[in-house]
Amino acid sequence: MRNGWSPYLGGALTGLLLVASVLVTYQLFGHPRYLGTSTAYVRVSGMIEKAVSPQRVAENEYYRKEGTGIDWKVMLVLGVPLGALLAALRNGEFRLRWVPERWTRCFGNSPLVRAVGAFIGGFLIIYGARLAGGCPSGHGLSGMSQLAVSAFFVVTGFFAGGIPLALILYGRERR
Amino acid sequence: MELLIGLITGIIWGYIFQRARILRFEKHIGLLTLTDLTVLKFLLSGVIVGAIGIQLLTTLGLAPYHLKPTFIAANLVGGVIYGLGWAVLGYCPGTAPGAIGEGSLDGIFGVLGGLVGAATFAHTYPFWKKTLYGIGAYGKISLPMVLHLPPLLVGVIFAGALLAFIAFLEKMGW
Repeated sequence: MRNGWSPYLGGALTGLLLVASVLVTYQLFGHPRYLGTSTAYVRVSGMIEKAVSPQRVAENEYYRKEGTGIDWKVMLVLGVPLGALLAALRNGEFRLRWVPERWTRCFGNSPLVRAVGAFIGGFLIIYGARLAGGCPSGHGLSGMSQLAVSAFFVVTGFFAGGIPLALILYGRERR
Repeated sequence: MELLIGLITGIIWGYIFQRARILRFEKHIGLLTLTDLTVLKFLLSGVIVGAIGIQLLTTLGLAPYHLKPTFIAANLVGGVIYGLGWAVLGYCPGTAPGAIGEGSLDGIFGVLGGLVGAATFAHTYPFWKKTLYGIGAYGKISLPMVLHLPPLLVGVIFAGALLAFIAFLEKMGW
């Protein structure tokens, strides 16, 4: 593959990053930090809601359980676009675009239509991930690496929901 | 200090994501339409290294588990809702912000939708707690506990099975 890494190399490095993170954070701070991204959305949404209505957040059972405000998980998710920006700039792959090419072929090139679709999709992935207890990093990578039973049910659900809908929306077009 | 380590971990992860082509809408839709398995290959090799590494750490007593509880109904229903959103968004909760870093500005709306989804979940949590979370609730369990086998052994067997699956995918020309 030209100008890029094999997904196997990227995956293996991510596995090493997970193991290093768990080891370092446990040894330094006494609690293991497994990679996961969907909790950060709860902590930030709670932080924003708190600015509007502190009472509502204080009385909310779920916000009390997950906590609100900036922590390790939020910093992790903030770091991802920075690392991606760095990698894209270094390799001449940074390109501003509002609509992905494959989306254009099915739904046209309107940025507004894509923005609405992305918003609805974003809503569903976080709502679903929170109901399930995690996303492909929290359940898929960290959960399966721990051999957690929950991870196997959740990952089955990801594909049971995603594959049929994607086939309906985009068809089986090979590129 | 812990916040700084989180940020650095995220930066390394984002760098890996970009280099391995995991931030592209086309790659995620390619997986869900079974035409391009880049994202799956990435996840599988991550789990192979992760499963052996994490089971080694815990077996050697260097770090504990942090298992997510099993409640079969919520795990499955939440997973399916996630999958529906995944097919429309074309990114996941980590790769949507990552895609913004690569210049895919539609990721911004994915993240905003995610924040609204998180707030909505926080306010509907009591309903699910009364309903779905009670069905098939087994608590924080793992395969080695269920099978009564040493975790490291199960980790190695699982990693071997995934490796065989990858070899099969490559042989079939996926």
